[in-house]
Amino acid sequence: MSGGTSPIFGNLDWNVTPYTDLLRDVNSSTIVGAGAASVLVLGGIATLLLFSWMRWWGPLYRNWLTSPDAKKIGIMYIALALVMLARGIIEGFVMRAHQATALGTLAQPEGGLVAPDHFAQLFSTHGTIMIFFVAMPLLIGLINFVLPQQLGARDMAFPVLNQVSLGLTAAGAGLIMISLLVGQFGTGGWTMYPPYTGKIFSPGEGVDYWLWAILISGMGSTLTGMNFAVTIFKERAPGMHFMRMPLFCWTSLCVAIMLIYAMPALTVSSAMLALDRYADFHFFTNDAGGNMMNYANIFWMFGHPEVYILILPAFGVFSEISSTFSGKRLYGYTSLVIASMSIAVISFTVWLHHFFTMGQSAGVNIAFGIATMIIGIPTGVKIYDWMATMWRGRVRITTPIVYLTGFFLLFVIGGLSGIILANPSIDYQVHNSTFLVAHFHNVIIPGVLYGMLAGIHYWFPKAFGFRLSETWGRRTAYLFVGGFVFTFMPLYVLGLMGMPRRSPTFQNPDFMPWMYIAAFGGVLMLCALASLTWTFWTSYRNRAALAVPGGDPWNGSTLEWSTPAPVPEWTFPCIPQVTARNEWGERKRAGDPWQAPAEYTDIEMPANTAHGLLIAIAAFALGFAMVWHIWWLAILSLLAIPGMVALRGMRVIEPTIIPAAEVEQADRRFRQQIASLTPVTRADEETERNRGVPDISEFAG
Amino acid sequence: MSWAKIGAGCVLAWLATDAAMASATLQQSFLQPMGPVAAEQFTHLLRVVGITMVVILPVLVGVPFILWRYRYARPRGDYTPQWEFSKPLEYALWGVPVLVVIVLASWLWYSTQKLDPYKPVGPESLRVQAIGLDWKWVFIYPEEGIATVDELAVPVGRPVEITLTTDTVMQSLLIAPLTGQIYAMPGMTTKLNFSATRPGEAEGENTQFNGSGFGRQKFTVRALAPADYASWVARGRSGLVLDENSYAMLRRQTVLADARGDLGLDKRAEPIVMTLGQRDIFRQIVAKYHQPGGASAGGRWGGTGLPQTGTTGASE
Repeated sequence: MSGGTSPIFGNLDWNVTPYTDLLRDVNSSTIVGAGAASVLVLGGIATLLLFSWMRWWGPLYRNWLTSPDAKKIGIMYIALALVMLARGIIEGFVMRAHQATALGTLAQPEGGLVAPDHFAQLFSTHGTIMIFFVAMPLLIGLINFVLPQQLGARDMAFPVLNQVSLGLTAAGAGLIMISLLVGQFGTGGWTMYPPYTGKIFSPGEGVDYWLWAILISGMGSTLTGMNFAVTIFKERAPGMHFMRMPLFCWTSLCVAIMLIYAMPALTVSSAMLALDRYADFHFFTNDAGGNMMNYANIFWMFGHPEVYILILPAFGVFSEISSTFSGKRLYGYTSLVIASMSIAVISFTVWLHHFFTMGQSAGVNIAFGIATMIIGIPTGVKIYDWMATMWRGRVRITTPIVYLTGFFLLFVIGGLSGIILANPSIDYQVHNSTFLVAHFHNVIIPGVLYGMLAGIHYWFPKAFGFRLSETWGRRTAYLFVGGFVFTFMPLYVLGLMGMPRRSPTFQNPDFMPWMYIAAFGGVLMLCALASLTWTFWTSYRNRAALAVPGGDPWNGSTLEWSTPAPVPEWTFPCIPQVTARNEWGERKRAGDPWQAPAEYTDIEMPANTAHGLLIAIAAFALGFAMVWHIWWLAILSLLAIPGMVALRGMRVIEPTIIPAAEVEQADRRFRQQIASLTPVTRADEETERNRGVPDISEFAG
Repeated sequence: MSWAKIGAGCVLAWLATDAAMASATLQQSFLQPMGPVAAEQFTHLLRVVGITMVVILPVLVGVPFILWRYRYARPRGDYTPQWEFSKPLEYALWGVPVLVVIVLASWLWYSTQKLDPYKPVGPESLRVQAIGLDWKWVFIYPEEGIATVDELAVPVGRPVEITLTTDTVMQSLLIAPLTGQIYAMPGMTTKLNFSATRPGEAEGENTQFNGSGFGRQKFTVRALAPADYASWVARGRSGLVLDENSYAMLRRQTVLADARGDLGLDKRAEPIVMTLGQRDIFRQIVAKYHQPGGASAGGRWGGTGLPQTGTTGASE
């Protein structure tokens, strides 16, 4: 960033890559940086070559990137999340490896694997990626895939808006990825508290990368929330009353409402910080009337509901799998609905517990501390309800149940540390320590990650037509459980011993044994990631043996299991008439659930469009241009977005019509296939005999 | 519940002894408290863990039991696939957590009031002013007329009240064996009240990340017997003087050893004890962020913004 700002290239020049850092000074830190950039570059080149070699560009564009189908959008969200998860886990491992080598003294410069500034970028990108580009796309993707199918709908209420939301999220993720290669990332952690992240103390592009990634993807998440809410309110199949919706739909509704109300707070706090940095405003500066406390306040008005945005879809998944794999009805449906809704509402009243130590009065802290404990009540009730669901059931220990077990046993420990942190008097001690780091990983990994992976395993056959390998699925689950325990339990101990979070170095040799255990946990996490990748690969290779064309491999009770696997574009040949909660289960109980509809009609589906893709490209260009002060490009892309929206608004857009004959043909073929396949009992669920047609006489729940 | 309390106590006690064995390093944990505030925080931690076990143990015990008893491969016990509601169970599922939260909330209220860091722990507190810099702490003893960098000495038995601010980004000061942390912010002040009940040395630290020197922003805390404290104060009234010039050097983004270099001392990580050159330094530092006229305006004691290294000028 030497010299002035070029009118064409902004602040960009050849000195912003990690390779120039490496040439300047060869050490472990610059090698790690250049290595990460190389993985990105080589991965990109390999992908380009593979797609060209396999001639996948056309199908990718026609079938995926331009598709407004919520199911495909959901799958793309999850694919994006898994790529980002890989980066997040590797970064986590590098941080654990660094801290295992970071014991130093006060007199000597910091040692260890990476330089302090590099370490700070690692924890900042790790947090940002895991929250915004792993957890959020995982849950939004899963909801996109599952929600319309469970509601008996063919698509989201606003399919093209859905595409735009995905595009904005991907643009944000792209900004974070490109920061590996071009320039630096911010060092203020995933929360980016000013004034440290203001222009004075953090000049350069780092914080701006974060800001634009958050502003762009946050807009996408807000739009997603609206889409989910309208879909649930308006697109339910006839007879699908609110109190007949599967629990996953209820938690999706909670998520939708929370996204709508919480995301704007993040957009506001980020926009204000951007104004501080770009336009010399003084919202959060040290002087000229700025007040940094406002940032923490507004950020956490988003930040705390966000935690429950992340966890509630996982609670929805656990409700579905605990019932299905126990062969039993969900216990306490009404309780679970009330508990989910209570969590959604109360989550907006606890944000101040993120800064008990900012100097407010004891009375304020007491009010928010107690509110925080109250939110533990509905959470606790949910856990007991799932236990009651499994009680007196017939529980199959499948991969999702392994995740559920890991969740039960570990999440309550995270709950305990949450209750501990809710006490302001103890929080004064362990706030900002690795105890806190252990706590939120303890709720997010066993909660969100296990929940989402369980959900992916559960619904994967519906998306692709074949099951995932149970053996490898369980191995992955065990590795994620073990990896969590070894990585984060030591951080509780270190936090109680007084180690601050985000420490690039420390001087206490007593920390070392715990650091080694945590580093070993990091290795297990890497193994879990490899095992997850292998699960997908080996299942893909065995897809013929694992195929479940019957579409109901787990003997489920909700509507999505009534359709073929993979599910056709139109999902339902005709929109189902819902008469009960667990509609599919009731049809099984009544005998022959696979009856063909009386008549077939033409189906209207939204036409493919490149709208979302183009807006994503413009949004990415806008973010990148703003980060590097390339003003002409910023203005151009900023004008392009409303321009494209207006242009599309003025055109007449015809939907795609799928003729009744085509639907009938496909559906009849499915019904014949069902009749020809041998039903399997749950005992054979994991074997190759499971072709997706369950023995309905065994269905009892 | 009592078993749970004992169990939790054992784990924490083991942790405490583990850390206590570490004679080579300074105490850094509230699990070996040196004063009443940290002691009460430790007690409250045990109390919360014990009470919460009421709702947690059923899960830790129940889940493995259910999985074992009702596993599909070899189930025992009834199979009630359509059972989905039980009124008495609902009362228990909601009632027990509600009761536990009521108990926890009462204790929370009590301990938060009692340990409010703004509340003096006794009469005639020793007043200390703390200024957070990148990456060190300046402690000013206005009554004694001394100032230190990265050393806080307090007399055993006398209450202490630290008033905090920073002259850079947000920081958080924690002296774990004595009291909890509180944020410090430029232009604003916060307070910590505590006291030491036994002599000893502890490590204090900043816990709010503030740049590459963050990992070395530690300071030594000495709880001294009153006589030792008096001689420590006497020793401080000599040598370097804390005035605008030396303060501007301290304000640079340096760790302690480098700051000593700037001041012409040998570059070890030893605390600096100085004579206070000016009485109202702390007030000046807080006030300078409230003056109108932007960063270039004069009268900003020690300067604002990011200090340039290598110059002794007061402002950016």
